[in-house]
Amino acid sequence: MAAPVTNEWKWFSALALGVSLLKCLLINAYHSTDFEVHRNWLALTHSLPLSKWYFEDTSEWTLDYPPFFAWFEFGLSHLAACFDSEMLAVQNLNYASPATVLFQRLSVIVTDVVFIYAVKECCRGVWDEKRKDLLEQPSFILATLLLWNFGLLIVDHIHFQYNGLLFGILLLSIARHFQGRHLEGAFLFSILLNLKHIYLYITPAYGIFLLRCFCFTCSNADRSVQWRSFSVLRFTVLGLIVLSTFALSFGPFIALGQLPQVFSRLFPFKRGLCHAYWAPNIWALYNVADKALTVLGVKLKLLDITKIPKASMTGGLVQESQHSVLPSVTPLATLICTLLSILPALVHMWFRPNGARGFLRCLVMCALGSFIFGWHVHEKAILMAILPYSLLAVEQKEDAGIFFILTTTGHYSLFPLLFTAQELPVKILLMLSFTVFSFTSLKQLFRCGGRLLSTSEAVYLLGLVPLGLVCECVYPLTTWQKSFPFIPLLVTSVYCALGVIYAFIRLYILLFTFTDCGTEAKMKSQ
Amino acid sequence: MNDNDLNYWGLDYPPLTAYHSLLCAHVAKLIDPTWVELYASRGHESPSHKLFMRATVFIADLVIYIPAVLLYCFYLRDGSAKRRVAVALCILLYPGLILIDYGHFQYNSVSLGLALWAVVGLGLGQDLLGSVAFSLALNYKQMELYHSLPFFCYLLGKCVKQGLTGRGLFLLLKLSVTVLLTFALCWLPFLSDPGQVLQVLCRVFPVGRGLFEDKVANTWCSLNVLIKIRTILPSQIQLLCSFVLTLLAALPSSVKLLAKPTLWQLKLALVNSSLAFFLFSYHVHEKSILLPALPVCLLINDLPLMSIWFLLVSNFSMLPLFMKDGLLMPYVVTTLGFLFFSVYLLSALERTTVAELRLESYQRLTHACLPTLNLCSVVKWKFFLSLVGMAALSLASMLLDPPAALPDLFPVLISVFSFLHFLGLFVYFNLVQLTEPSGRKNQKKAN
Repeated sequence: MAAPVTNEWKWFSALALGVSLLKCLLINAYHSTDFEVHRNWLALTHSLPLSKWYFEDTSEWTLDYPPFFAWFEFGLSHLAACFDSEMLAVQNLNYASPATVLFQRLSVIVTDVVFIYAVKECCRGVWDEKRKDLLEQPSFILATLLLWNFGLLIVDHIHFQYNGLLFGILLLSIARHFQGRHLEGAFLFSILLNLKHIYLYITPAYGIFLLRCFCFTCSNADRSVQWRSFSVLRFTVLGLIVLSTFALSFGPFIALGQLPQVFSRLFPFKRGLCHAYWAPNIWALYNVADKALTVLGVKLKLLDITKIPKASMTGGLVQESQHSVLPSVTPLATLICTLLSILPALVHMWFRPNGARGFLRCLVMCALGSFIFGWHVHEKAILMAILPYSLLAVEQKEDAGIFFILTTTGHYSLFPLLFTAQELPVKILLMLSFTVFSFTSLKQLFRCGGRLLSTSEAVYLLGLVPLGLVCECVYPLTTWQKSFPFIPLLVTSVYCALGVIYAFIRLYILLFTFTDCGTEAKMKSQ
Repeated sequence: MNDNDLNYWGLDYPPLTAYHSLLCAHVAKLIDPTWVELYASRGHESPSHKLFMRATVFIADLVIYIPAVLLYCFYLRDGSAKRRVAVALCILLYPGLILIDYGHFQYNSVSLGLALWAVVGLGLGQDLLGSVAFSLALNYKQMELYHSLPFFCYLLGKCVKQGLTGRGLFLLLKLSVTVLLTFALCWLPFLSDPGQVLQVLCRVFPVGRGLFEDKVANTWCSLNVLIKIRTILPSQIQLLCSFVLTLLAALPSSVKLLAKPTLWQLKLALVNSSLAFFLFSYHVHEKSILLPALPVCLLINDLPLMSIWFLLVSNFSMLPLFMKDGLLMPYVVTTLGFLFFSVYLLSALERTTVAELRLESYQRLTHACLPTLNLCSVVKWKFFLSLVGMAALSLASMLLDPPAALPDLFPVLISVFSFLHFLGLFVYFNLVQLTEPSGRKNQKKAN
């Protein structure tokens, strides 16, 4: 599985340059409130001492990422001073001069270098010597699926976030595990956790994998754990690396006695079950079922209309909410559901480890399980499942099929994030190009193995087209837009939730029925 | 027709543009009638209206220009499928057309697309369809006259080749009738009154305007830097001078095409003729460089390095216009993208032997005085220096302020720099066309 010499990677540079130029064109596109969030963080890390970072609340967008990200913003703020020092004043709320926009956008584009490097490392691992045609080379397809990923492009470069940097570190960590450099992988993941704590979703996968495959150095012939091969040295080194990273990150705040405040900022459970735009997960279906039963109950006179709380869940605002008919859902309930959903995958990895690929599969399932059952999940979190899964999709036909379903529905569920008329052509064209490319390239890659999608799956995915037409073009021109503005969002979430949950179930089936005779050879060469 | 204020951006394109605008207006009225009020909508620029207008450009592009490019690449090019796709991509990535049509806002893709349909038609042997397409192009924008001489010479040459007594004459008659019918159809509403026809012609050819406007990279503007010809010569003499010089400049290539009407000659003649018109004609806009640029795009696979060089300079020559329109970021991005992707996909810097660059005539000229001169590396070095010059001038115009005594310094420098390149490339393309020996069999591969 040796990767070719450097001069054969010209196509990679072409892909990376092309997407970077595209990102430059999006500099003046619409940006969401996340732009102001990051400007505010630049301001408060620059102007205020460390002790005030997690207390500052002049703006409603308080610092709610772990300390390493705050340090990252601090570093950026020094460069920001060269562009426009006015953005660094904390009281300049919603300040968005052209220089500010240029600086912030360029910072995302430049930090994507980490993502590009990580993609290159991942592609090296999937290079297939037997394929001569570049367009059928798994590395090429993977590079395009990752570098030109529609979701990442519109979330990072239009909506505005720094996911390129974060997913770059995640993919690099995964690539290091593929290359057998487990300590580096663990170190990168610890850094990642201290940059954005949403990656707690996939920590179980890392924990079990490192314990099972790194701390226990040998397995028996039937792949069960050999208890005696526990390496105390490895365990200690691993523990030291992780603990020292966390100490570096939270140390100053522990010393200042601010840990509870930091935690309250990092984990704000006062927010509601569903995010304003209703991620396509099980709770969206739960909410709709509750609403439907309420309406039915009122019509059949089984419920008293005065006892039902006002429809606040569907107002599109972030607040706590109660269900009328079905039992209300608490954060603890969602946590238990999430753990139950990922437990089989973790147990399977413990008893039947499959090297780095098994770890990656478990990681994707943890990410997807947490997305489906989690509390206050953003629809952007689907990227945490989609991006790592791309690596598995170019290696196996079943994975390619599930990947295509997951990606298409996941990406489509991101449409409500860009609601301006000017971005409509961009998002439709980018989505179409990406979907068509991923389908044709994956179909071509696995043309020897049969059909990529079954008929019902194809029909479901094609149903997204009329759904999109109605939600984006037809519905806004009707009179219902004023009285029921949330209907397109609701329908989008519900439709996509079906696809996402279906992908999750199929992943589980694949996990338990997958006969991995071919992977033992791969494991030996790692 | 009477309460129209002709001084507020009056209609000065031929009838087909008017019909296109009418079609778009009907659609606009369906969406929002306030957009098309005669006086009240002046300067109206709401976001949805802007989106609508930009969408009309995109639809026109999608319907006319892009299919023409794809048809050209797939039917009239040799090479593997990947090569054809690469050529199509490079043509579509040409920044000049993208920035003018989508940034500045014009409908050049319609007239250029129709001209390209004409080339495709003639290339496939469909002379009648080709003539119809070109007549439509001419009726859309009068600037297509720059391309009319080669089309005329090609078709006439073809008729002559088939014998003026017999099939050739029959073909000539068919073509004349087709063209006249197309013109008549387009001008039908105006034909009822000869006064109207004259009025349309007056608006379409405004000879009252000067020899040149603003800073444009042609001979007259560049000459004006040294001697103020605009003020020295009377306007009638200026008109005559430019007319005569234009015809003289376009003559050699047209005669060659008349003698040898092949597709390859047609493409080269389109370049030479439109470049001659650009360099010497009356009241040329900097946007007119798009007219030579289109045929150069068609040569991009055969003469990659020189074509890419020309296209980059043509794009660079419009920089002052882009700066006025606030298109700096798209300019930088599309230019860089075009440069890297065309050089990479077409291997422009590897295909640089004397034969591939068609430098035989230059070699004969320099062989006498400098026999050991490596022309290919000279060309490559000039290309790189040219790129550096363009980058430096672009950065200077964007970042520096001109000195108070010379407020137009950067536009003048840009237009003189571009003019020198255009002149050099004009000589080169003429030499390539004229030195091609008649009846060379292996030239077919290059088509």
